[in-house]
Amino acid sequence: MSVVFQKTPMLTDAVLHYCPGCTHGIIHRLVAEAIDELGVGGRTVGIAPVGCSVMAYNYFNCDFIQAAHGRAPAVATGVKRARPDNIVFTYQGDGDLAAIGTAETVHAAARGENITVIFVNNAIYGMTGGQMAPTTMPGQVTQTSPYGRDPKTAGYPLRVCELLATLDGTAYCERVSADSVKNVRAAKKAIKKAFQNQIDGKGFSLVEVLSSCPTNWGLTPSAALDWIRDKMIPYYPPGVYKDTP
Amino acid sequence: MSEKILIKGNEAIAEAAIAAGCRHFFGYPITPQSELAAYLARRMPKVGGVYLQAESEVAAINMVYGAAAAGVRCMTSSSSPGISLKSEGLSYLAGCDLPAVLINVQRGGPGLGGIQPSQADYFQATRGGGHGDYHIIVLAPGGVQEMYSYTRDAFDLADKHRMTVMVLTDGILGQMMEATATENGEQTADNRQEKPWAVGGVRGERARNIVNSLYLKPSELEATNLSRYEKYKQVEETEQKYDSYLLDDAEIVVAAYGASSRIAKNAIDEARSKGVKAGLLRPITLWPFPKKAFAAAAKKARAFVSVEMSMGQMIEDIELSIRCSRPVTLCNRVGGMVPDPAMICEAILNANKEATA
Ligand SMILES: Cc1ncc(C[n+]2csc(CCOP(=O)(O)OP(=O)(O)O)c2C)c(N)n1
Ligand code: SF4
Ligand SMILES: [Mg+2]
Repeated sequence: MSVVFQKTPMLTDAVLHYCPGCTHGIIHRLVAEAIDELGVGGRTVGIAPVGCSVMAYNYFNCDFIQAAHGRAPAVATGVKRARPDNIVFTYQGDGDLAAIGTAETVHAAARGENITVIFVNNAIYGMTGGQMAPTTMPGQVTQTSPYGRDPKTAGYPLRVCELLATLDGTAYCERVSADSVKNVRAAKKAIKKAFQNQIDGKGFSLVEVLSSCPTNWGLTPSAALDWIRDKMIPYYPPGVYKDTP
Repeated sequence: MSEKILIKGNEAIAEAAIAAGCRHFFGYPITPQSELAAYLARRMPKVGGVYLQAESEVAAINMVYGAAAAGVRCMTSSSSPGISLKSEGLSYLAGCDLPAVLINVQRGGPGLGGIQPSQADYFQATRGGGHGDYHIIVLAPGGVQEMYSYTRDAFDLADKHRMTVMVLTDGILGQMMEATATENGEQTADNRQEKPWAVGGVRGERARNIVNSLYLKPSELEATNLSRYEKYKQVEETEQKYDSYLLDDAEIVVAAYGASSRIAKNAIDEARSKGVKAGLLRPITLWPFPKKAFAAAAKKARAFVSVEMSMGQMIEDIELSIRCSRPVTLCNRVGGMVPDPAMICEAILNANKEATA
């Protein structure tokens, strides 16, 4: 019998703790496959955030550092400057990357740090039980925006790719989505490119992945994927925002 | 091999870091430590090192966290308000048992405070600064030579115990110039220390390394705390360090560290000329506090005077060390004001009078 599908070696045997239907798991697999296909797992160091993916170090089969909330790009900077031959990536949620860690994100990009950032945008603080995130959309109901996010008092969401694309230091940023087979394939391509860029010494590369949180959105897994398509994609259009040749 | 050069305290620290093989410095400007960073900005590229000006002290300490996890000798420096921001990183460094060196050139507080010298960060330094049960080693040099040699030592101590070592100094020492013996000869990046726990890629040669402070099972988290405190016990046992001046026959023991201790020496001479047997006990390690030396001094002394540029912080460690067996009085100025020898002398004479009465 021939093997038609198997776990990629960059993933460990640990059972993922993510909720049923959460696309964090899919994104993990895409990252792991990209690293394996590029053959750099042996020199890769990952940085885990604070958020639902805090225990990413249990799932990726490479050296890992768990970072304080929002600080992953600074920690990655420390590793990359200390060991430039390492392939260094961060894996961060929207609260981590675009609220508490905005300064670290923007300045790592501005410096053109030669690292890869995987940014999982699920428009919510998943781990802490569904509070408003910097990416929560106007009108979206969360635990801390119970009447829907009102931009008059809660301000507007951050569009990270658009923001980072204005910086000279950003080599590459692309927004993709984990809602469908087609989009997952595109996501894989983007993630692989973000790692290839680092191997080629191109500088700061970020891939934003629109991701589901069925648990805190109060939706079934399939309705959550519809919600990405119907609500998130119009507000956060997928596409390449910057690609320095 | 050593050569004496005239150098500022802040620069002596920077040069010592180079001599210790530190090739990674992450900083953020703040008075009165800025010369230190400026010196390294000039020096690091010349020795193949990394000088990086971070976007904040928070980022700088987290860069140190990453570099330390990758196994290189690394350092960051700041002054009081910046150290508050670094506290998060200090707690994570401790939770992961990573070695790092941190410099605090103290200024007056709280809040933005002032830019003049102070010792008001004693509690923050000796109690760890951030959240959770942990310690950092705190070294308090008394002059430029010691700023050089204790910064040099700080890297060895950090690696030996896998702890953060803080060199706690102040605006006076940072700005002061003194002839200082420095090491010369070949200075190479010191990554000789075996660090089998460091990240850097498994390279098909070993199991993967994970640097982490998260333990969701209370029993596991408790176990890491307990084993870390076993290490701290060892450090308390072996690393206590102090210096003394006319202490052997002292009836009034003046305790002071850093800049205060230099002024205290003059006051002690003055008190001796007035017939009071005063002596100095100068803690060099503030954590671990030289408890043994204080307990021994208490056997002969009649009273202690804590000279501080803070509102009575070190005095608590003195009272604990001697188990309140002798009276301890406070002689202090704060906010950037510096105690003068006359004021300290008067405090010595008063302590003597009360002890005699
Ligand atoms: C300094 C600090 N502040 C707050 C928290 C609490 N906290 C843990 S996870 C989290 C939000 C994470 O949300 P996000 O980054 O969007 O990740 P997700 O869980 O949605 O994947 C917060 C606020 C913390 N651990 N540390
Ligand atoms: S809370 Fe949301 S983001 Fe977190 S694992 Fe569950 S579904 Fe995924
Ligand atoms: Mg989120």
